[in-house]
Amino acid sequence: MDRFRMIFQYFQSSSESVMNGICGLLALASVKMYTCFDFSCPCLPQYNRAYGLGIMFIPPIILFLCGLILNRQSLVMLDEWRRPQGHRKKDLAVIRYMCSSIMQRAMVAPVVWIIVTLLDGKCLICAFSGSMDPEKFVGFANVTPVQLEQLLAKVPCKDDELIRNNTSRKAVSRYLRCWSQALGWSILLILIVAAFLARWLRPCFNQDTLLQARHWSNYIDMEQKIFEETCCEHSRLFAHKCILHFFESMQQEIKLHRFTLPRQGEGDEGEEDLRGITDQDQVNKLLKTWYYEKPPLDVS
Amino acid sequence: MDKFRMIFQFFQSNQESFMNGICGIMALASTQMYSAFDFNCPCLPHYNMAYGLGILLVPPFILFLLGFVLNNNISMLAEEWRRPRGQRGKDPAVLRYMFCSMAQRAMIAPAVWVSVTLLDGKCITCAFCTSVPVETLGNASHPLLSQGEIQRVLARIPCKEIYNGQELIANEVAVRYLRCISQALGWCFVLLMTTLAFLVRSLRPCFSQAAFLKSRYWSHYIDIERKLFDETCAEHARSFAKVCIQQFFEGMSTDLVAGRCHLPRKASADTGEASKKLLGITDQGTMNMALKSWHRCKPPLHLHPPALPSGNGLAGEGQPSVHPSAPRRETAAYYSLV
Repeated sequence: MDRFRMIFQYFQSSSESVMNGICGLLALASVKMYTCFDFSCPCLPQYNRAYGLGIMFIPPIILFLCGLILNRQSLVMLDEWRRPQGHRKKDLAVIRYMCSSIMQRAMVAPVVWIIVTLLDGKCLICAFSGSMDPEKFVGFANVTPVQLEQLLAKVPCKDDELIRNNTSRKAVSRYLRCWSQALGWSILLILIVAAFLARWLRPCFNQDTLLQARHWSNYIDMEQKIFEETCCEHSRLFAHKCILHFFESMQQEIKLHRFTLPRQGEGDEGEEDLRGITDQDQVNKLLKTWYYEKPPLDVS
Repeated sequence: MDKFRMIFQFFQSNQESFMNGICGIMALASTQMYSAFDFNCPCLPHYNMAYGLGILLVPPFILFLLGFVLNNNISMLAEEWRRPRGQRGKDPAVLRYMFCSMAQRAMIAPAVWVSVTLLDGKCITCAFCTSVPVETLGNASHPLLSQGEIQRVLARIPCKEIYNGQELIANEVAVRYLRCISQALGWCFVLLMTTLAFLVRSLRPCFSQAAFLKSRYWSHYIDIERKLFDETCAEHARSFAKVCIQQFFEGMSTDLVAGRCHLPRKASADTGEASKKLLGITDQGTMNMALKSWHRCKPPLHLHPPALPSGNGLAGEGQPSVHPSAPRRETAAYYSLV
């Protein structure tokens, strides 16, 4: 529990950490979604490619949009971009920095999905089994084109009666899976090399502009958060004052209509809290007035 | 337990986090409900579609309503909408903001149910198995009797054990076809929802950001004000009850003093604190009488000003009213009995 709390606190400590945390959670969610998803290739000539490529590319778009939505900083950036100039100049470098950092973080989960898909291989087998060259595989040699199309489309479905006993089914499957995994590993390698180079070579270019942009983007984020917290604090105090004024005005009304003044004795400690409202009728009147005539929003 | 408490505290820390937490819990509850639900397709021609579409559409509606019910702010919204104008104007923008934010949160659990249902595929398979294109997927030329008979056979597709139309169309082929369509619909639905959410969230700062900030501030204000008012009333009720009960005991004690033949021995100064708390009731008989009187004849909800401390325990002169049940009704003309 302690470890969990420490990790949780670490991620809460700064807004960048929070965003990295969300990014990591989305990546894990994408892997989990893939394993939970029940991939079932339709094994029909016209549908295979659409299904396979759809499963490979639509969820990444969804994950990308989710990454943008869940990231608080995207709202801050949009706000900063669209605000009127006012007394504070707009610095495009800061906006560009924020935009690029948001995009980078949002791209992690889609890339994870695509790589996991490729390494698993089912999508590519489903999508491209129909475009195999029958010459390479013995089992499809003496078959009419129409039947060939049907047979090739059924390769991803192992238990189908047409393809169950075909000798080249496994061969096609293995061939496509090999390509799929090779593509997956290559993409992973290229991305890691690109990230490595970007991180190593970045200090060589515009380091000072970068430091400035990063500082001011953190500042804008922090300022927004503190503004919201201050507004909450303010509205709490405002409400407190408003209610106190309301109780006092009730007390004055009561005093105005009473023939005898209440004794201002030393009283017990409960007396101050009663604020002069000491009767069932008075309490009922107070509650009724609260509903029918809320006090104006003015505590001057 | 500790982890649970920490997560709980994090979500309680502010109102919006709390609402987001409820929203997330409902989304998880909806996936759990779906996996716990035992889907049982009837496999009869006209019942299939009703059952399948019913399972697809009725629980989301229930979850949507539940999302509103579980949201505390609904009563706040209703109250703000229906209250008389009084001295404070009503701002429709604030009402719209509150309603929109509640509706957005309530939409998440139904959307999760619909997505999970479509991605799983059982509902669509059940609902549309009679509309499978037999010509393209199977042998339409199979000499079967009538359209009705074909419908009956196709309706049994989801129930593999009783399916008898293997020559008409293979069960796996049909199921795979329907499931592919269902999953495509599911992913498109999720994409559409996500795109809508993205557009709503990103277009808002481009238009009317200032109005949005205003509405958000005042809707938080209304919520905080309501809570503070409830707290103040609770505090007031507490003090009211305390003074009422104290006056009751004082009244009892004064009655006893007035009815006794001899003066009670005044407690010495050293036992001051404890004997003050005894409120003048120092034996079993008196206590029993006080309890009986509390049950039979509760004091009126009317606190009279505190009696001056009298030096010798006698019902002193110069006190405005000693008898607790004397009604102060000279102000009856102003306050009506509610």
